[in-house]
Amino acid sequence: MVRFLIKRLISLLVTLFAVSLVAFAIIQLPPGDFLTSYLTNIAADGQTASQQVVDRLRENYGLDQPVYVQYAKWMGNILSRGDFGQSFEWNRPVEEVLWSRMGMTLTLSIATLMLTWVIALPIGIYSAVKQYSPGDYLSTFIGFIGVAVPDFLISLVLMYIAFKYFNQSVGGLFSPEYENAAWSVSKVLDLLSHLWIPVIIIGLAGTASLIRVMRANLLDELRKPYVVAARARGLPERRVILKYPVRVALNPFISTAGWVLPGLVSGSIIVAVVLSLPTAGPLLLRSLLSQDMYLAGAFILLLSVLTMLGTLLSDLLLALVDPRIRYG
Amino acid sequence: MALEHNEPGGISSPEAAAPADVIMPRDTRILVASQWQLIWWRFRRHKLALFSAFILIVIYLIVLVAEFIAPYDPGDYSARYTYAPPQTLNLFDTRDGQLSFNSYVNDYTVEIDPQALRRTFVIDPETRIPVRFFVRGWSYKLFGLIETDIHLLGPENPRDRIFLLGADSIGRDVFSRMIYGTRVSMTIGLVGVLISLVLGIFLGGISGYFGAWIDNLIQRSIDFLRSLPTIPLWLGLAAALPLSWGPLQIYFAITIILSLIGWTALARVVRGRFLSLRTEDFVMAARLDGASQMRVIFEHMLPAFYSHIIASITLAIPGMILAETALSFLGLGLRPPVVSWGVLLQDAQNIRSVATAPWLLTPAIGVIVSVLALNFLGDGLRDAADPYSH
Repeated sequence: MVRFLIKRLISLLVTLFAVSLVAFAIIQLPPGDFLTSYLTNIAADGQTASQQVVDRLRENYGLDQPVYVQYAKWMGNILSRGDFGQSFEWNRPVEEVLWSRMGMTLTLSIATLMLTWVIALPIGIYSAVKQYSPGDYLSTFIGFIGVAVPDFLISLVLMYIAFKYFNQSVGGLFSPEYENAAWSVSKVLDLLSHLWIPVIIIGLAGTASLIRVMRANLLDELRKPYVVAARARGLPERRVILKYPVRVALNPFISTAGWVLPGLVSGSIIVAVVLSLPTAGPLLLRSLLSQDMYLAGAFILLLSVLTMLGTLLSDLLLALVDPRIRYG
Repeated sequence: MALEHNEPGGISSPEAAAPADVIMPRDTRILVASQWQLIWWRFRRHKLALFSAFILIVIYLIVLVAEFIAPYDPGDYSARYTYAPPQTLNLFDTRDGQLSFNSYVNDYTVEIDPQALRRTFVIDPETRIPVRFFVRGWSYKLFGLIETDIHLLGPENPRDRIFLLGADSIGRDVFSRMIYGTRVSMTIGLVGVLISLVLGIFLGGISGYFGAWIDNLIQRSIDFLRSLPTIPLWLGLAAALPLSWGPLQIYFAITIILSLIGWTALARVVRGRFLSLRTEDFVMAARLDGASQMRVIFEHMLPAFYSHIIASITLAIPGMILAETALSFLGLGLRPPVVSWGVLLQDAQNIRSVATAPWLLTPAIGVIVSVLALNFLGDGLRDAADPYSH
């Protein structure tokens, strides 16, 4: 086990290096750099910047140096001082910009995740045990809708309904009067009254696919002889199902649970954009579009690290839960 | 059991069937049926998949003859009809107290809202615009070859305008645009899947067939690609497309970006199949016969799981359609003047426009129907792909 862990950690480091290269390449990909898009933007506002100012800015940001020097500086600062650089657009350190959004992002993602699991697992078990019952057909139907309808569309439709019939504003996570207010009981209540829409929308697709997977896994298990044997021995039905088949059917979940980690951070970008949520997703999109490269780079790096850590965690969890799995 | 059909509780094993002469022909038919025949028999029992296949055929027909079905050119605008609401197509006329076949739509009357100073359209039940089938309209080239100006339906007088699904912000016909959008949206997924398929089969095949270090190398690169967060990856790549590119270049760039997501999954499927087939007797036989390695892979092994590949492809297309829609919706994918469902939905991006013109959301129906149909079809194909299984 320890050897396995060490091996995995080493390969993790190698992959990390490759990922950092790719992250840097992605943020370098768009033609031009932050300054060009900055200049286009201010030109659109009818202003111009003199060549001198441009050159000074370029030097300040280190954009006049060759790419590999920029990369080395970037990585060097991260590794030595945990300094992810300065966000050009926000004119603040990248960490600060990131963390300012992280609280809301995590709240939203964790709320969604809990809801997804709490709803999907019982329904999945139900539709497997009662295969081809009306309830099973209903959940299959909802499942397919959840998979087929793009989430941003559901948000648009829900927004329309809330706007038209309930006269409620649904953008954002707070009513305007609480937006910049200090935390208080009423602010939390306001948050809760807004939180349910994004939670439902983001949760729907996840719930739908989770139900499908749970149902399929459990159906495979239920046909196995050990279930028949358990039943033949007179075990109560609830125990027959919950004790072993459900446990085994959970394995594929655990092996993909790690993928949840990066999702927690990026959130559902598109839904967040449509509903103008103050989460990390729109920030990432914005940083990519405006070529705020250190912010975007930090984001991609963070997400990749979380994906890899998540996969590792899943593997370890799987070993804990399923004693049949051994590591070579 | 896979082999019985049409008969509830039918007999499926040859031994049991032998005494009953009536059942004999069917069972012998099964014994000599080709694999594709068996797959078809299995597939057609999945009614939902069969129905989905029908829907998809209709959709792809629309792709082929979009110009014929669309009453207007998708770029055709008319500022007079900004946000005109949908008109209902009436097939029968009951005006004179008797039913007669006379298709028409009701015309609008325009009222100016004195407060908002906005034009509002009211459907006027008194006036009607006759609508005919196979009318002459704008001319186009069917299949890019045959010059014609016949359209499936349109106003009898070409100067009238009808909006079956309403009009958008500059008075373009949403119905025509949606029909045209089908073309791009339904093909972009195909091209993307094709690219990922080629990559997937080639790399997955090598990986599974040769094993050893090559397998290790390819598997590690798949792991690596999968450890990259997909959404930022697409967004980054899509944001990287130069603004100066033409619509066609963007289209291909987007398909390639989309296929980057797809090929790793397909490669895994193909590799798994190769690994399990590698030890089969027929592969050994081919090898002993002195067939070259490429021949063993492409002539002997690949045909053994064509059906699985088809099923995985069908299941991969919806993801691409959704990805295109999402990317275009965010303004990172296809851009006007290209007409795709995602581009059309961009008009419905904020609550204000959805509130004024909810019909701008109709292209979404295209997305939902096609994605659902492809999912059901894929499910049916996957079940039928291995007709020998339980």
